[in-house]
Amino acid sequence: MIVERKPLNLAERFYLPALGNGFRVTWKHFRKTLFHGRTAADETSGGYYPEVPWKVEPGYRGAPYLVRDQSGDTKCVSCQLCEFVCPPKAIRITPPGPGGPPADRANAEKMPREFEINMLRCIFCGLCQEVCPEEAIFLQKDYSLTGLTREEMVYNKERLLALGGHHTGIQKWKQKADEARAQESFPVPG
Amino acid sequence: MESILFLIFAAFALGCGLMTVANPFSRSPVASALFLVLTMVWLAGLFVLLHAYFIAAVQILVYAGAVMVLFLFVIMLLDLREEELRTWNRFGVAAGVFSVVALLGVTALTILRSVPAAGAAPQLEGSTHALGAMLFRQYLLPFEGVSIVLLVAMIGVILLSKRESK
Amino acid sequence: MDWQFLAFSLVKIIAAFAVVMTMVAYSVLVERKVSAFIQDRLGPNRTQPFFAKYIPGLGPLLTRWGVFQPIADGLKAFLKEDFTPAHVRKVYFWLAPAIAMVPSLLTVAVIPFGSMMGAQKMVIADLDVGILYTFGIVSLGVYGIVLAGYAANSKYPFLGGIRSTAQMISYEISMGLSVIPIFLLVGSLNLGDVVQHQTGGWFAWHIFRQPLGFFIFLIAAFAETNRLPFDLPEADQELVGGYHTEYSSIKFALFFMAEYAAMIAVSGMMVTLFFGGWTLPFLGLDQPAATLGMGLLHILVFLGKVCCFLLLIIWVRWMLPRFRYDQLMDLGWRRFIPLALLNIVVTAGVLALLASK
Repeated sequence: MIVERKPLNLAERFYLPALGNGFRVTWKHFRKTLFHGRTAADETSGGYYPEVPWKVEPGYRGAPYLVRDQSGDTKCVSCQLCEFVCPPKAIRITPPGPGGPPADRANAEKMPREFEINMLRCIFCGLCQEVCPEEAIFLQKDYSLTGLTREEMVYNKERLLALGGHHTGIQKWKQKADEARAQESFPVPG
Repeated sequence: MESILFLIFAAFALGCGLMTVANPFSRSPVASALFLVLTMVWLAGLFVLLHAYFIAAVQILVYAGAVMVLFLFVIMLLDLREEELRTWNRFGVAAGVFSVVALLGVTALTILRSVPAAGAAPQLEGSTHALGAMLFRQYLLPFEGVSIVLLVAMIGVILLSKRESK
Repeated sequence: MDWQFLAFSLVKIIAAFAVVMTMVAYSVLVERKVSAFIQDRLGPNRTQPFFAKYIPGLGPLLTRWGVFQPIADGLKAFLKEDFTPAHVRKVYFWLAPAIAMVPSLLTVAVIPFGSMMGAQKMVIADLDVGILYTFGIVSLGVYGIVLAGYAANSKYPFLGGIRSTAQMISYEISMGLSVIPIFLLVGSLNLGDVVQHQTGGWFAWHIFRQPLGFFIFLIAAFAETNRLPFDLPEADQELVGGYHTEYSSIKFALFFMAEYAAMIAVSGMMVTLFFGGWTLPFLGLDQPAATLGMGLLHILVFLGKVCCFLLLIIWVRWMLPRFRYDQLMDLGWRRFIPLALLNIVVTAGVLALLASK
């Protein structure tokens, strides 16, 4: 498609309307902010950041945390898929090993002995959440991660679980158990 | 005081001029161009010592400020590689020696012929009135001649650069 | 060489330098504040030294106005890591910021920033070829940018340097041509004489006699200081900062300060050439001061006018988008140079007619 360019008149060739319009718009905003104290931040979120925390919309990809299921058990089974997929290699999982402690809930073979996310490396891409077969790790709404040392920014399993909280919406193993029970009386009713 | 300053300025002008053509540290054309700029600046200092402030200012404005910037522009646009040592060209050497000798001869002749100025009464000092009067009355013909030469050069450049793209 | 002259010159140089550097720091603050207000933000309003909150009323107020911000910015520039990338040409890389800074400061030397203080003329160097000196020095300013572009040895700074050379040369011509009518009117290249010529009523100011010359000078000044809408050598969106992409810490700060010092110098030039310098056409403010108080007042008048121009330059940044490169060249060579030449011819013709009567 060819956009026809209108020939400019003399004033336009010397950029006079552009100057006028530019001044009008800039003056409007300048006056509004200086004399009436109205800023964009006031209008959209009611104030500036440290005093008025930012309202996080759903779908935001913040820090990844581990979650517990409805009965308070760790959902992670240390399959290490997230560790494998993590582009900046921020996740480090220590599995229990052959003689390690068994899982502390039914329907799971093993738990992570240690699960660390280096928040300085994490790029908040969300691949760990997507790849997790157990739905055990979720990008949550924390956007302001701070610390005074590098060590402090490596979050361990306890911290991740404490920050992650419970994730009761998706009860994967409950559904699986129900399905398995339903299988026993074949054909499935309904 | 002035003779000390003259010695300093002249020495630096010569040194920078030498560095322009024979820089032992770098054969980059950009370095040469920058030393040429410095030469121009020291020359302007010499003009100041002669009380020719106008010419000093114009020297910096035109040569250091405009011509050399264009030089740099062209050097950076065309070729940034360090200049390789070229083989000696017999014609080039002859032409170089000839032009240097001719220039020296003309300069020496002028200096020898000139009568030492009676007292220090430089006309060019101060405002540009004297200079303008000289250029447009006493030396009008050479001045116009130079402008025609410049015009011819400009037209020639445009012709040469336009010829390829028909 | 008498020692009194040397001592007074030294005092004037130090004072002018201090004032210019302070104005540089605070014009950055004004720029940030004005930009913020135009974009519906508040600008720097939090930086405060530890003692500010103990001053009732004034401390929080100054903090809200961001008065302490330039000090913090300056400290940051000195304390940040001065990083030299491995691929740069070291000598030029170190030379370029200094070369960028020096010309903008040297320009101030010939601008008469006041009338008299006692028996001292308030100008550092009362040159007879003042304006030519200024143009000569301004034309050297381009080397800082070109060398920065060359030294960085990477593509964006290089493009910035190339753009800068062509732009500076082009607009220097229209700038030089636009002030020639002033000197036809005044009959001298001395900036002090130019100011003297503008005394006696508002309409003695050259803006009313040479409006065309002023507008060409103003726009060329924008181009020479690399300010929007002519900031093609920097062009953050295209060249990620242009010639100073590879610089950090105090070297970057030098480029930054050079830009603002150039703005101040060029504003001083405009005030001197077109807006009557340190004069105001009432209260007898257009005669050289007899008392110290009047002398100080003249300096304040001059600084006030300069500040108005700084505000204008800052404001225009948000009024117009950046020109395309061909538009820039077109405007410089095909509009302004013919206009400036016409202005010269008309002025000279009118003057010749008046003289022949």
